[in-house]
Amino acid sequence: MRADLEIIKPWFTPGSRVLDLGCGDGELLEDLQKTLNVKGLGMEIDADNLTACIARGVNVIEKNIDEGLASIKDNTFDTVVMTQALQVMHRPDLTVEEMLRIGKEGIITFPNFAHWRARFYLALRGRMPVSKFLSYEWYDTPNIHFFTFKDFERLCIDRNIRIIERTVVDHSHRERWSNKLWPNMLGEIAIYRITR
Amino acid sequence: MPESLPANSVGIVTPQSIAFEQPLELCSGRTLPRYDLTVETYGELNSDKSNGVLICHALSGHHHAAGYHSMDEKKPGWWDSHIGPGKPIDTNKFFVVCLNNLGGCHGSTGPNTTNPETGELYGPDFPIVTVRDWVNSQARLADHFGIECWAAVVGGSLGGMQAMQWAIDYPDRLKHALVIASSPRLTAQNIAFNEVARQAISKDPAFNNGRYFENDEIPKTGLSLARMIGHITYLSDDGMGTKFGREMRQKELSFDYDTQFQVESYLRYQGERFSTAFDANTYLLMTKALDYFDPASEYGDDLAQALSQAKCGFLVASFTTDWRFSPERSREITDALVEAGRDVCYAEIESNHGHDAFLISSPRYDAVMAAYMQRVEKDMGADHAR
Repeated sequence: MRADLEIIKPWFTPGSRVLDLGCGDGELLEDLQKTLNVKGLGMEIDADNLTACIARGVNVIEKNIDEGLASIKDNTFDTVVMTQALQVMHRPDLTVEEMLRIGKEGIITFPNFAHWRARFYLALRGRMPVSKFLSYEWYDTPNIHFFTFKDFERLCIDRNIRIIERTVVDHSHRERWSNKLWPNMLGEIAIYRITR
Repeated sequence: MPESLPANSVGIVTPQSIAFEQPLELCSGRTLPRYDLTVETYGELNSDKSNGVLICHALSGHHHAAGYHSMDEKKPGWWDSHIGPGKPIDTNKFFVVCLNNLGGCHGSTGPNTTNPETGELYGPDFPIVTVRDWVNSQARLADHFGIECWAAVVGGSLGGMQAMQWAIDYPDRLKHALVIASSPRLTAQNIAFNEVARQAISKDPAFNNGRYFENDEIPKTGLSLARMIGHITYLSDDGMGTKFGREMRQKELSFDYDTQFQVESYLRYQGERFSTAFDANTYLLMTKALDYFDPASEYGDDLAQALSQAKCGFLVASFTTDWRFSPERSREITDALVEAGRDVCYAEIESNHGHDAFLISSPRYDAVMAAYMQRVEKDMGADHAR
């Protein structure tokens, strides 16, 4: 399983209801169903991913999350998770609010734009950073919002969102001492567990 | 007519008529003293009778869902695209049962069959039946085959309504429901279309209050008009544009009222053909069954409450250009199932075929169906409904 998914796995309660926003091919939910007996539901927009989910026994709904989650009642889920997708949302703040309305807890992972490589790229070359991890050009990237750990935590403060746990990892999802020392500069991927 | 049968066809099939001598109480309060159902089956029922798949037909459908009745038949059954060896509903794995519903006009007891109490045709005296009545009659059909629990109940449009009703009324007798291009209840616009169709039929002078058979006539004009209206709503604007555009039968405008555009002649042809192949009283009855379907109404208009009776898993699917049973209706079903905490998958499939898309093979549609049917196969024979 993808390393960031291994990191967040202990944050799920056995037997709970889990919604995975942008669930991809259903890898996380399948694992959580098998090992923690969670009741999983995914939302996805890519046709091939949807079929893959259906085939592997993961419940999945075709939905454009940007169009809203209003049809889902408050507190339907125990945990709502979104990995590496918040930066492609039209309004990430509204998505986070909605996650904590329909679920009791949220788990979010996103790429940190304040990582030192990105800072140097922009500072020295004067161009938007393109890296192995964020490999798109500015004009074709689905990542329409670039934000940092600090930005995200600011949003949490502004909206009265409580951060239960957080961790930062490098691009191969390793937790290093250096990331912990100076996360906004040295961490590439942020992983947050939040609630109201 | 097939020169030879394709390898993935169920081949030559023969319908059977099954008699049910127990009276059936109907939602209307009336009782059918006895009835026959015309049925086709494809594939083999396995030893523990766990691989049964029930196919429920839509407004003008019938028992002939797959294969050919003879080498002279021009077209295969109405869902041949999806039922057969190696097809999404794989007859190598499943025992597929398709019937003509009560009130139909293709062999099952209905307006064009004899009322045992009078010795005459039922005609307009045939009781109006509902989706629930159909499901009750289908449960007896399951008993007939010794099928305690269907691996899946599958239907498009009005057929999807039957799959939903099965899940609500007989939660322990199916493991999966496939609800395709369907709706939890008709909208006012939809009922309105049905009413125009009914008016077209009943205002035809040949209709004779539904006793047209006494004069050896059929209300051809009315039935044909009803079908034309229906047909327009089954296609999409885009689909019609692609198929016909403004293409004309001759080059010049003729400044008269003959058919000039290809779409006019197509509709007339479809209407004509239908009017001699379908029974007018059955058409009226089927549209009423559509109008009346509203399972939430018994649960304080709370669809989630209604569907929380169900235990089975659901596949809900809709098609982007379907405006008769639009994706919005399927999303309502899906949302209610999520609220009820039921297992549900939902796919919104790109197509420009409008409502008819559920009858037509397309790579994405077939992949979704096949993937879900894999799940159905895995759950076959498990001890209880999911």
